[in-house]
Amino acid sequence: MKSIKKENLLHELTKGFLKENPVLRLVLGTCPTLAVSTSVESAIGMGLAATAVLLFSNMLISALRKVIPDKVRIPAYITIIAALVTAVQLLVKAYLPALDQSLGIYLPLITVNCIILGRADGFANRHSVAASALDGIGMGIGFTAALLAMSAIREVLGAGTFYGISLFGENYTPMLIFILPPGGFFVYGLLTAAANAIARKKKAPIKESFGCEGCPSAAGCAGCSSKEVLE
Amino acid sequence: MKEYIAILATAILTQNFVLAKFLGICPFLGVSKKVNTALGMSVAVIFVMLLSTVVTYPINQLLVAQDLAFLQTVVFILVIAALVQLVETTLKKFLPPLYESLGIYLPLITTNCAVLGVVLLNISEGYGFAASMINTLGAGIGFLVAMLLFAGVRQRMENSDIPKAFQGLPSTLIAAAITSLSFLGFSRLIEGMLG
Repeated sequence: MKSIKKENLLHELTKGFLKENPVLRLVLGTCPTLAVSTSVESAIGMGLAATAVLLFSNMLISALRKVIPDKVRIPAYITIIAALVTAVQLLVKAYLPALDQSLGIYLPLITVNCIILGRADGFANRHSVAASALDGIGMGIGFTAALLAMSAIREVLGAGTFYGISLFGENYTPMLIFILPPGGFFVYGLLTAAANAIARKKKAPIKESFGCEGCPSAAGCAGCSSKEVLE
Repeated sequence: MKEYIAILATAILTQNFVLAKFLGICPFLGVSKKVNTALGMSVAVIFVMLLSTVVTYPINQLLVAQDLAFLQTVVFILVIAALVQLVETTLKKFLPPLYESLGIYLPLITTNCAVLGVVLLNISEGYGFAASMINTLGAGIGFLVAMLLFAGVRQRMENSDIPKAFQGLPSTLIAAAITSLSFLGFSRLIEGMLG
């Protein structure tokens, strides 16, 4: 009995890495993914900041899951998440001012990152604190890894550097387009195509439409229940 | 006046909210399959954005005066959520036809990063009330333009033969890349027009 439980906990941790990678498989948190993946440094910063918020919000919401009334759960979750984001924001401002500069408004915007609310409403509110904590760490690592992959491609091709270190010498002309906005959409498109191809080979389900199923506000949203609107 | 035109044109064209700042990507990818739904969503977003700016501007002044600026994120997200709820209820009660066409999009907007984004952006840019409103309007129109253009692009893609791995989201993202590319053409516009 004990070993089954252990295995499940391990599964909660590792599922976010690849199988349910929030960025590439669940297609959540697209805004920060596209916006901060211009350099590896800011991608890691965003990834770790979001992971910290995700871990603590999952734990808090899981601990409070029997206290929060169902009807006001979304505002309650948003308040908890916003408070945690503020704490992270103040810490980053105090100790990593350069990162604060490079993330700009995307740091407070972690509040509305769908991954965090999605995990709160989709996982933490019906699982134990330990499982939620592991889920938060796993999803956070998956988010960070996807950001890292994307930013590595964009920074190396678009600026000729990796983590600010020049790779190809001075005569190399970087393909600037990759760190410009179109490059973000393009690289994200290629990465999701690769993820889909792998998933198809493994016969895993593929998210065909980008609709309501992944949206954390789907439950309370009239737009999603009237199908003709979004289809 | 020149300053306001520059803010407006920047928000719509050179720094388009969706295609250059990556705010509001979820509705951009999710609700852009048809032109009329894209239009409905955009109008609802513009409305909520403008309303949020009007309401949060004095609140921010108050927070800064009380030395509570660190509460911005928490206060704004709650104010926006309450506002959206209020608008939805009001529309439902007093203007049912408008609710039918716009109201359904409202809950989607609460956690839309475009609304919180524009409010935070106005503060970080240090805009006054008029400049904030102009920037918000520009951001909203930019969202509308991007949504409508992209809905047009997607309708044309509907029947095309796309490689298997690219079907669905990947091809949508590549199309977004090309749409975004076309907006790079505006990059020197403001300097050129206004000197």
